[in-house]
Amino acid sequence: MVNSDDIIIARDLVKKFGDFTANDHLTFSVKKGEVFGFLGANGAGKTTAIKVLCGLSYPTSGELTVSGYNIYTHREKIKQNIGYMSQKFSLYEDLSIVENIHFYAGIYGLSNKVIRERTEELIGMLDLQNVRNKLIKDLPLGWKQKISFSVAIFHRPSVVFLDEPTSGVDPITRRQFWQMIYDAAHSGITVFVTTHYMDEAEYCDRVSIMVDGKIVALDTPLNLMRLNDSVNMEGVFLKLARQ
Amino acid sequence: MRTVLFFIQKEFIQVFRNRAMLPIIFIVPVVQLVILVHAATFEMKNIKLAVVDNDLSTYSRGLTSHFSGSPFFKIRFFSFSMAEADKHLLDGTVDAIIAIPDGFEKNLVNDNRSSLQLIINAINGSTAGLINAYTTGVIAAYSTEINQTKSAITANLIPKKLNMTYTHWYNPELNYKTFMVPGILVLLVTIISFLLSGMNIVREKEIGTIEQINVTPVKKWQFIAGKLIPFWLLALGELAFGLFIGKLLFDIPILGSLWIIFLVASIYIISILAMGLFVSTVTHTQQQAMFISFFIMMIFILMSGLFTAIENMPQWAQWIDKLNPVAYFIRVMRMVMLKGSGIHDIRTEIISLIVISVSLLLLAVFRYRKVS
Repeated sequence: MVNSDDIIIARDLVKKFGDFTANDHLTFSVKKGEVFGFLGANGAGKTTAIKVLCGLSYPTSGELTVSGYNIYTHREKIKQNIGYMSQKFSLYEDLSIVENIHFYAGIYGLSNKVIRERTEELIGMLDLQNVRNKLIKDLPLGWKQKISFSVAIFHRPSVVFLDEPTSGVDPITRRQFWQMIYDAAHSGITVFVTTHYMDEAEYCDRVSIMVDGKIVALDTPLNLMRLNDSVNMEGVFLKLARQ
Repeated sequence: MRTVLFFIQKEFIQVFRNRAMLPIIFIVPVVQLVILVHAATFEMKNIKLAVVDNDLSTYSRGLTSHFSGSPFFKIRFFSFSMAEADKHLLDGTVDAIIAIPDGFEKNLVNDNRSSLQLIINAINGSTAGLINAYTTGVIAAYSTEINQTKSAITANLIPKKLNMTYTHWYNPELNYKTFMVPGILVLLVTIISFLLSGMNIVREKEIGTIEQINVTPVKKWQFIAGKLIPFWLLALGELAFGLFIGKLLFDIPILGSLWIIFLVASIYIISILAMGLFVSTVTHTQQQAMFISFFIMMIFILMSGLFTAIENMPQWAQWIDKLNPVAYFIRVMRMVMLKGSGIHDIRTEIISLIVISVSLLLLAVFRYRKVS
């Protein structure tokens, strides 16, 4: 490792689908405990990048280290250390909240005792006592997203990747969701989050902006606003994306 | 191993929570056995006949009455015109025409021999064969009867005849239900296994949960085992249920050991499940998986020897059938249930099934990719 503080190190990461280059030489690093925002318009290549980082998809070329492990040689080690919440909702609709938690925690290899304890803790925290045995499909979207996030960090990974976790969620739930993200970051989990809500970008410690498969800017939201003479991230984004 | 248990638990909860699934598991076997076993029969009853009797003699009437007296035949038309009978054969109101020529009795009395014409609608070849056999049987019986009445007078003039008697072993009454039930049970287990496994992984692809599993450190074999074992248990349970219903409704004989049946079934089911999982890994939607499964199943079942004898197929088809697990299992089920065959008699089938199952399983594990 170059720097023990860096939990994700990507260098010249390229992902091509045939002739189309979805990720064009991405070079960036994410610090431990950071909330890292990954911004970009639809189709800019955010989801592709996140899938490569999670080990769901092979990079075409480039170097990548996640949580100290090389993506080419220790793919399964990485998987033990990361959490992932995909853009597509990914809990089982026909299982209850508790059953979903139980299943995912189980396949991560947590012991029954730990599963039981953390389940109770989580149920208490999210105030789900009355609906714990309800099927996921009967819950409102905002709840589903919160549970989905909790499941993704249930095994206490060192990094969690969130792919547009708040799309379609009302503003109040979004606030609560971001509170959960902060709590996770405080407990030491690095958060890598893609979004296209620019107000959310301002909540991040650092932000990268992706346009057409390339990273065109990477800095703290404040610096980006200053550099681009803008009062908010929306202005920064519009300016960079239109270049 | 613990990981696999979590998968098994999850699959079971999902299968039993699915409201459409329980009826499929418990009602389909009963319906299949009751309907298919009765419907898919080769027994011919009510063969519709047209009789063109141009002789109108004692002997010709005697022959006609043999047909009308047989439970297998229904005489629909008497006519003197061949053209009219042809018309009935053409429009399907009769299956066969028996034409008795003028002079039938005269020839029989004078020359001791006479001829008849039998015209059969052979659009369905196997039905035509059966009609031919049944008709010939009736005529032969009548012929013997005539000989006996005549021999009372002219005993020495009649040539000696060789008589053949036969018994049907393993299915003495030639009961089609006995013959069909083992095959239908195989069909049942096959369809349930194939559809459960074929739709499963692709369903997780469609709803997106497969991605969530792929980011976990679950190993390929754990995943495949976690998917196979629940369906394997369900399919074995289904077979037990089917055998029970078969025994209850049809009193089918089970001469061999139940252990052998379940031993072979457990190997056979793996091959079908692996094939289903393979289909599931190469497709992207449940619709695609459904089409491919349907196609494979249709070929396997039609070539399995359930309805037609494998021995009658062309040589190349018989070679293909060496790869058809359904064919082996139907053979085993018939041998064990009807003949009481032991392990030793079915060792070739067992070995073939093991080879097929292992190959398909390896193929499914190999084809399932956690990374794209």
